[in-house]
Amino acid sequence: MTFILRVNPIACTGHGMCAELLPEVIELDRWGYPILASPVVPRPLLNHARRAAQACPTLALLIEEKTGKHR
Amino acid sequence: MTAIAPAPAIPWSPRARLPRLLAGIGVGRTAGLREHERYYGPLPVPGPARGRSRGRRPERLIDVVEVAGLTGRGGSGFPVGRKMRSVAAGGGRKAVVANGAEGEPASRKDRLLLSRLPHLVLDGITLAAQAVGADEAYLCVHGTEGALLDRLDHALEERQAAGLDPVPIQLAGLPGRYVSSEQSSIVQYLNGGPGKPTFAPPRPHERGVNGKPTLVHNVETLAHLALIARHGDRWFRGAGLPSAPGSMLVTVSGAVARPGVYEIEMGTPVGQVIMLAGGPAERLQALLVGGYFGAWLPVEAAWTVPMTHAGLKAAGGALGAGMVIALPAAACPIAETARVVRYLAEESAGQCGPCLFGLPALAGALADLAYSGGSGGSEGWDRSVDDIAALIPLIEGRGACRHPDGATQLVRSLLTAFPADADWHQWRGACDGVRRPPLLPLPGDEERDWDWA
Repeated sequence: MTFILRVNPIACTGHGMCAELLPEVIELDRWGYPILASPVVPRPLLNHARRAAQACPTLALLIEEKTGKHR
Repeated sequence: MTAIAPAPAIPWSPRARLPRLLAGIGVGRTAGLREHERYYGPLPVPGPARGRSRGRRPERLIDVVEVAGLTGRGGSGFPVGRKMRSVAAGGGRKAVVANGAEGEPASRKDRLLLSRLPHLVLDGITLAAQAVGADEAYLCVHGTEGALLDRLDHALEERQAAGLDPVPIQLAGLPGRYVSSEQSSIVQYLNGGPGKPTFAPPRPHERGVNGKPTLVHNVETLAHLALIARHGDRWFRGAGLPSAPGSMLVTVSGAVARPGVYEIEMGTPVGQVIMLAGGPAERLQALLVGGYFGAWLPVEAAWTVPMTHAGLKAAGGALGAGMVIALPAAACPIAETARVVRYLAEESAGQCGPCLFGLPALAGALADLAYSGGSGGSEGWDRSVDDIAALIPLIEGRGACRHPDGATQLVRSLLTAFPADADWHQWRGACDGVRRPPLLPLPGDEERDWDWA
C-alpha cells in the first residue's frame, strides 16, 4: 500500500503548518503555499504526514491510500 | 469579427465531404426547425418508430460514436464514446449538459452554431440524453448574451410544439467569466453555486448535476453527434484522417484577409487554414494556435502541421478549440502575450493561491519585459526573463482546474518561439511593435461579469 499526499488548492489558504510538520516533503512557495517534493509519503514519515494533515486548519492536506500499483 | 463560412445555397447531400455542420448556414439567419430538417433531415428517433433506425435501442448510438472516432471539440479532444459509456454505466438517472459558454475570447464557432444552427445542437442534446439515460438536459451559455438566449428560447418553443425532445432541455445563463465554462464550474452553477471550478473527485461523470452522473459536452461535439446519428460512423470517417476523423470548426483571426469561422477536415495543415481565410493580410511572424490555452508557433514551423491534437502536440502546441490567430511581423508578441496573461489573471476564480498570486505576478513580469526593459523583476530577480521562467513552475499544475496551466503554456511557448525578442526587450526596452493597436481579441467590458453573484 502506498500513501499519497494531495493538496486541495481551493481549501488551502497558506497557513504553512504542513511545511513545519513535514519539512522533508513540503516546502512553501513565495506566497506561502505548499510544494510537495514528491506525492508519495516515505514510510518512515507516515506518522509525521498524518500529524501534518490533522494540523491543517483548513483540512486541505489529504493522505490517500493507494492499493497496488501507483501510476 | 464576421463569422461567415463559404456555404452552398442548395440543400446539401451527405455525400459531399464539406461542409457538414455548416451546410445550413446558407439560410443567412437562424435556421428554423423546418429549414433545419430540410438541410439535415429529421431527428432520427430510436426505437420501433420509423426509418433506418427502426428497432434500434438509443444506447446503440454510443457504439456508433465510438467506432466513428468522434473526439471532444471543446478543446479536450477526449473520445466522446468513452465519455458517454462511463456516464451511461453509472447508477440511476443521468444528466446531460451542453456547454455553449464559449469562454475563449478568440473563438466564435460555438456562438455561430448556436445562433444560426441551434437545432443541430439541440438534436445532439436529445440524442445524447436518450443514449445515456438522462432525465435532465441543459444548454449553457453566458448569461450576458441576452439576444442568444432569446433565439435559443424560440428554438426550444418550436421543438416543444413539434414534440421533439422527450427530455426537456433547460437553458442556463452562466456568469460571464472565463473559468465558468470549465465543466466542474458548470455543474457547480447548475447545483446552485456561483459557477467556480471545484476540487476533484468527484468528477462530473461520477457525480454531477443533482448528484447524477453527468455528461458534459461542447455544443460542436453534440452537433457532430446529431449528424453521426443520421449518417453513421462510416460517413463520419469519410472526412479527416483515420487517426483523427471528421471535420471541425476553426476560428481564424488576426492578420488574415477574411477572418471568420470555417469548417475544415481534421488534419488540414495549419497553413491551408490561413489560406482558407484569404491568406495573410500582411507579412506574418507567428501563429497562435489553440487560443489562450494554446501556443505560439513560428509561421514556417506551423505551416505544415496538421490540425489534430497529436499533430499540434508534436509541434509543441495544442489544438484547443481550433483557434488560429495570425501575428504580423510588425507586432510585438511579448506585449500581446502580456495583455492576454493580465486578462487571464483577472479571470481567475481566485480560489487557489498559485493562480491568485502567480498569474498577476506573471502578467506583471511580462509587461515589465515588454515595456520597460525587464529590469524590474520581483523577488530579487534582476531580469524579468528569469523571473518569468522561475514563476512558471510555481503556477503550473497547482490549481484545482487547468486555468493557470493554460497561461503558463502560452508563456512557455512565447519564450520558446521568440527567444531573440525576449533578449532584445531585456536589453533595449520597448520595441516599435508595442505601439501597434492590440491584435489578440479580449472581450469587451459589457461581456464580462467582474463580480461573482
